[in-house]
Amino acid sequence: MAKRLAIIASKGTLDMAYPVFILASTAAALDMECGIFFTFYGLDIVNKKKYANLKVSPIANPAMPVSVPNIVGMLPGMTAMATKMMKDMIKKSNTPSIPEFIEICHETGVKMWPCQLTLDIMGINPEDLIDEVEPTCGAGAFLDYAVDADMSLFI
Amino acid sequence: MAETIDVKPDSVLDVKGLCCPMPVVKAKKAMDALEPGQVLEVIGTDAGSKGDMPAWAKRSGNEFLGFTEEEGGEVFHFFVRKGK
Repeated sequence: MAKRLAIIASKGTLDMAYPVFILASTAAALDMECGIFFTFYGLDIVNKKKYANLKVSPIANPAMPVSVPNIVGMLPGMTAMATKMMKDMIKKSNTPSIPEFIEICHETGVKMWPCQLTLDIMGINPEDLIDEVEPTCGAGAFLDYAVDADMSLFI
Repeated sequence: MAETIDVKPDSVLDVKGLCCPMPVVKAKKAMDALEPGQVLEVIGTDAGSKGDMPAWAKRSGNEFLGFTEEEGGEVFHFFVRKGK
């Protein structure tokens, strides 16, 4: 039986979306099964209106390549600037964008489940989600998948 | 492992300039097009691939034959034989 990787994607920022797809696409290449449960802010990663424009916050983020004091990070436009800087660095390394990674994962059989509760809480319609996702599911269905996984990650 | 690998590849994949995880993702795709026993050569510049390629080969049921480094240690040639 194939090894299985179960991932919970709980954050909706660019820096937290990348590890999810890097690990998922690699798992598929290593002939592992992989399923991702997108919950709470992580649902933004599969939201049509947001997934191509995920952001990096310079506030309370001491790991920024160029250190930004929080009081400067609060200024209008700083999040956009930090995001652009990060996207430029990612592009320079020839790393795929988030939409490109979603395509790679979808093509290689990675299952992407949106959390039904998150849709209900945040008032999101299933039509707002990208076409690559599976039908929405709940914690029970995801745990049923994860209990047979060899690795489970909360990102 | 700065040795020569005495094997003639059936297919060559150039992933120079690509970073993790793309060499492995593209190698998997290229390997899918080969027949069991055939050899894929992957040419890349990602230093992390020195660990990733053998791991990928092992996990995907293929045989890692080894790798060579070009002078300067910036370009790597990985050789993987497709499993049954």
